[in-house]
Amino acid sequence: MNSRTTLSWSEFILTQLIKLSGYSAIIFVVMIFFFLLTEGGPALGEVSLPALFSSRWYPIEDYFGILPLLSGSLVVTLGAALIAVPVGIGTAVYIAEIAPRWAREILKPLVEVLGGFPSVVLGFLGIIVLAPDLRRLLNLPTGLTAFTGALLLGGIAIPTIVSVAEDALDAVPRSYRDAALALGATEWQTIWRVTLPAARSGVLTAVMLGVGRAIGETMTVMMVTGNAPVMPHGIATLFSPVRTMTATIAAEMGEVANGSVHYHVLFLIGITLFLISLLINVTASAVVFRQRKRSERILS
Amino acid sequence: MKILKYLLILLLLPVITGCAGNSSAAPGSNPQEQSAYIENKGSDTIVNLALAWAERYQQLHPQVSISVTGGGSGTGIAALINGTVDIANASRQIKPEEIQAAENNGKNPVEFVIARDAIAVVVNPENPVDRLTLQQISDIYSGKISNWQAVGGEDRPIVRLSRETNSGTHVYFLEQVLRLGQKDNHTLFAKNTLLLPSSEGISSEIRDNPNAIGYDGLGYVTPDQKVLAVARDAQSDYILPSAESVNNGTYPIARDLYMYTDGEPTGAVKEYLDWIYSPEAQEIVTELGFVPIE
Repeated sequence: MNSRTTLSWSEFILTQLIKLSGYSAIIFVVMIFFFLLTEGGPALGEVSLPALFSSRWYPIEDYFGILPLLSGSLVVTLGAALIAVPVGIGTAVYIAEIAPRWAREILKPLVEVLGGFPSVVLGFLGIIVLAPDLRRLLNLPTGLTAFTGALLLGGIAIPTIVSVAEDALDAVPRSYRDAALALGATEWQTIWRVTLPAARSGVLTAVMLGVGRAIGETMTVMMVTGNAPVMPHGIATLFSPVRTMTATIAAEMGEVANGSVHYHVLFLIGITLFLISLLINVTASAVVFRQRKRSERILS
Repeated sequence: MKILKYLLILLLLPVITGCAGNSSAAPGSNPQEQSAYIENKGSDTIVNLALAWAERYQQLHPQVSISVTGGGSGTGIAALINGTVDIANASRQIKPEEIQAAENNGKNPVEFVIARDAIAVVVNPENPVDRLTLQQISDIYSGKISNWQAVGGEDRPIVRLSRETNSGTHVYFLEQVLRLGQKDNHTLFAKNTLLLPSSEGISSEIRDNPNAIGYDGLGYVTPDQKVLAVARDAQSDYILPSAESVNNGTYPIARDLYMYTDGEPTGAVKEYLDWIYSPEAQEIVTELGFVPIE
């Protein structure tokens, strides 16, 4: 009797603790959002909207145009995604479907080690090796460009994508592949038409996490993209310096006087970043959700 | 066993705390030798100098420990306003709005000029250009000149390098070079000026890139960068930065370096600042490539 009550007590406490940690994610996100709103919201009253959406960012003279920062982040992230998504999914498919057992056992842990690589070190390599080489190779005025940042961010996002996508592919039942092969499909057809679509939601999650990692990355882009707040002008933008939102916050937050207009605008940039990653998440989960519904309909 | 361990710790505890108490009490008996901790933060231009001073001073006065960090003049002054440092280093004078913010926070910044510094304009050694007028530098940085040909160099695009906007060097360069010291001049840096977060970022790009032009405190210029001679205007002589040309006023881009304290300094902070004005400390200024106070 006694031992049973202590058991149920400890069970009760454990369940509550687990429940708490489950809810804490929601609580923290909401609290962070409200914090950002209270710190960044005043900026909307202090800086007029046309000034906020102008093309010059020079805070020490009260120019608070966030458009060049927004476009800078988008250019670098898009470039990184274009590099990381095909390479990442390709690597995941190779590891999960094609590689012999011994290669898989070496590759998977190696990719995960790469994922734990400190981004500062990567930025340092970028400044010392990648930027000078790119300048010479592509005959650019300077190697500190959006492209350099995109390459490094792609490198940072790839391990995330590979790791998560490989797990998703691995979870596809063996019988799917056997059935496809039995029907006379080639190995490539099996991968492209059966395994990848079956693992779609997991692969999409992988891409989402990878892109999220890229847009939030700060140290590397601050070191290699040159930080010039320039508006995009065609494809040449990729090969010229840009300034991202994250680098702006990191470079300027230490200096601002608490509660100044500049301080509020920096938090407004934080809100923008938050909204962008929210948008990526919502879109991705909507796609996954719709996909699942359709497949359920087909099955029933 | 476990109980024995706890007993041992209990037994040792008074011994340990007793020792600590004794060692801290000993210097306390002499008010001149009281142990002190000085927090010093700010300008990246001054950080090496401040570190060298702190090291020397701590050798002379082992009971004083001084912590020195960089981050930029704005960062140091913000920390002084927030009350987290004893001394803020700045490579520019405190701004009126910063004084206002300090007063609102119950702080009263007191200024000390601790050394002088020349700002060197640097290019890659491969670049044939070796002298510019202030007007030319201003035109380059404001974006009016975008090719080295216009100032007598090769047909190459100009890549402009600058420190971040929280750097005192950036603000000084904007006011004294881009705007030529004119109050009603509102010239801004060209939008595609690269804003690099550190002196090291500038020197590594200058070393590597023959298109680049940069500026930084003379103490930070490494031998593998080419320092340009600068003239006040087209009629004046082109002068290279050095201790002599700064002190006789011929080199046009020179400035004072500052330390700020909250209110008139007292105790250990006062002794430290007094020492900074001693010949010994000013000797270190010369060693690091800055210009001592006369």
